Amino acid sequence: MTSKLSLSNGPRYGPFGGAYVPETLVPAVRELEAAYEEACQDAEFHRELTHLLRTYAGRPTPLTPAHRLTEALGGARIYLKREDLAHTGAHKINNALGQALLAKRMGKRRIVAETGAGQHGVATATVCALLGLECVIYMGTVDMARQRLNVFRMRLLGAEVRGVDAGSRTLKDAINEAIRDWVTNVRTTHYLLGSALGPHPYPRMVRDFQRVIGDEVRAQLQEAEGRLPDLLIACVGGGSNAIGLFFPFIQDEQVALVGVEAGGEGIETGRHAARFADPRRGRLGVLHGTQTYVLQDTDGQIALTHSISAGLDYAAVGPEHAWLREIGRAQYTYATDEEALHAFQRLSELEGIIPALESAHAVAEAMKRAPKMAPDRLIVVNISGRGDKDMPTVARALGEHLEEV
Amino acid sequence: MISIEATFNRLRAQGRAALMPFITMGFPRRESAFELVPALVEGGADLIELGVPFSDPVADGATIQAASQRALQNGMSLALCLQQAAELRSRGVQVPFVLMGYYNPIFQMGESTFARCAAEAGIQGVIVPDLPPEEADSLQAALRAHGLHLIFLLAPTSDGTRVKLVTHRASGFIYLVSLTGVTGPRDRLPPDLEQFVARVRRATSLPLAVGFGIARPEHAAHVARIADGVIVGSALLKAIDRGDDPVAAARQFVADLRAGIEAARAARPGEAPQGVDNL
Repeated sequence: MTSKLSLSNGPRYGPFGGAYVPETLVPAVRELEAAYEEACQDAEFHRELTHLLRTYAGRPTPLTPAHRLTEALGGARIYLKREDLAHTGAHKINNALGQALLAKRMGKRRIVAETGAGQHGVATATVCALLGLECVIYMGTVDMARQRLNVFRMRLLGAEVRGVDAGSRTLKDAINEAIRDWVTNVRTTHYLLGSALGPHPYPRMVRDFQRVIGDEVRAQLQEAEGRLPDLLIACVGGGSNAIGLFFPFIQDEQVALVGVEAGGEGIETGRHAARFADPRRGRLGVLHGTQTYVLQDTDGQIALTHSISAGLDYAAVGPEHAWLREIGRAQYTYATDEEALHAFQRLSELEGIIPALESAHAVAEAMKRAPKMAPDRLIVVNISGRGDKDMPTVARALGEHLEEV
Repeated sequence: MISIEATFNRLRAQGRAALMPFITMGFPRRESAFELVPALVEGGADLIELGVPFSDPVADGATIQAASQRALQNGMSLALCLQQAAELRSRGVQVPFVLMGYYNPIFQMGESTFARCAAEAGIQGVIVPDLPPEEADSLQAALRAHGLHLIFLLAPTSDGTRVKLVTHRASGFIYLVSLTGVTGPRDRLPPDLEQFVARVRRATSLPLAVGFGIARPEHAAHVARIADGVIVGSALLKAIDRGDDPVAAARQFVADLRAGIEAARAARPGEAPQGVDNL
């Protein structure tokens, strides 16, 4: 078992991962890999990143004891990791800062990125404004309609938002278009991928930039409780907030790790984004440069997905999650739209914290597990982002109509 | 059925570059290949690329994306592509077939099943745009076991190390991506194309076919003077989609390209278009 838990830096995580990219991009991913290796060895790079995380992104984010939620559930004690309090309102800023600094090192002054919920797009537009980089964000037109506020934020930050009107018009298609832009402008452009996905070295690099979440949790819980947590819960779209929380604990086998996928309208309806929970359509495949679990039909065409949260609405999962599941180190489950909505409301009412709909999936799982655990057990739930962006969606789901923003 | 090697050898002897049109299978209608492929041959195609539609074609521009989406709506799949190729063979089409498709559908079918079925369907080469040589060991071995070529690509961004890697592993021919970008017609070809072809030419004697961006007979003529093969996809699909009679449009479009290529030969009488000397 211990040998299985040896940590990988890619390109493979067990059988998963790799770099399935067109030849035009191979030199670019190689260059990125080399630049990242070099940056990892450079104390100045770490110093600059840490400085920005503290003075600009607002790190460390708090670890908040959720007293009333804990009381209401009557079981294990729950802590919330407050990525919602990071600048721009989600964990995405951690990775955006890291990659943008790297792009500058590589002499690339133009950034392209994809976005689903808009959080990664906003984080990218923000760091590009901070560092004076040109920024183009690709976003599916369906997502643009349900996240109008974030589209406006990105434009206000000086980014060009390009709508993608192909395929399902969501995150998957935004990634396709960002890759096409990168292929075309590869010599001057860095693709700032937002999740622990894509060709090597992205899954490793994004994980490394997000592990600050888990590192902080470890230190904060040590200070508050003098021990490790028993259970970590995070939502999993591509899986960057989850791998960031999990990674520093992988070798502590007494800490259980649970990732929560988007169950949408229920697995049996086919309208969901749960790659691991649907054995009929969630199978090993290759999408956007990496080999992992992918929702697809029998011919290998990528399936359309659904989730109430745009950030989880994606057909593939990060390769390291596929590996953690394969070796039994992490468990993966799902929450439906309805469960996420319920958790969204409960956390708002009980703790005065409005989570992103994505993060509400993790809260829903904590609400299922905490009552079954002893009161001396500790759960940490990652609140990966705040819910302001989701107000129109939630209002609509609750039968109310907000004025157009 | 004629082999890829025999085709390039014959054309080399004639001093002419090969014309290799690309169509998306299942476009514009599910059974269109049965009319289009014979028309391409009549128009003067030397090899034909059969494109397998994929839901997320990251290396393709708007034209092939749209054609792929329509083909999928028409019910096209990898298995059906292979069935239609087999049917075309049984109807007597002799030119080499090169299948072009993204990796995931092949991976789902299983590499060895795919290789066997492709061989049975009369496919002679396979191009997988999202499978660089680093990830291609097992597919190349599976295809080789059935006598098929895995056709590798090189791009203007490929440095000397990658040119060496690909030329050492390649067989059949090498697909040179003319530009840094996705497929789709362009007004003009990149100015450094000739240098790029020459750079690869110094490393291999395999035929070099150039694709991406080639739209007009004069483009075809230019490429025919510097390389061994001319690949045209998006511009052909546009021609097919434009006219009332897709089959006649395809035949005429290919015939015009072929005339461009013939003109390139006429322009350099007695001189092979692919040698190092004339670069």
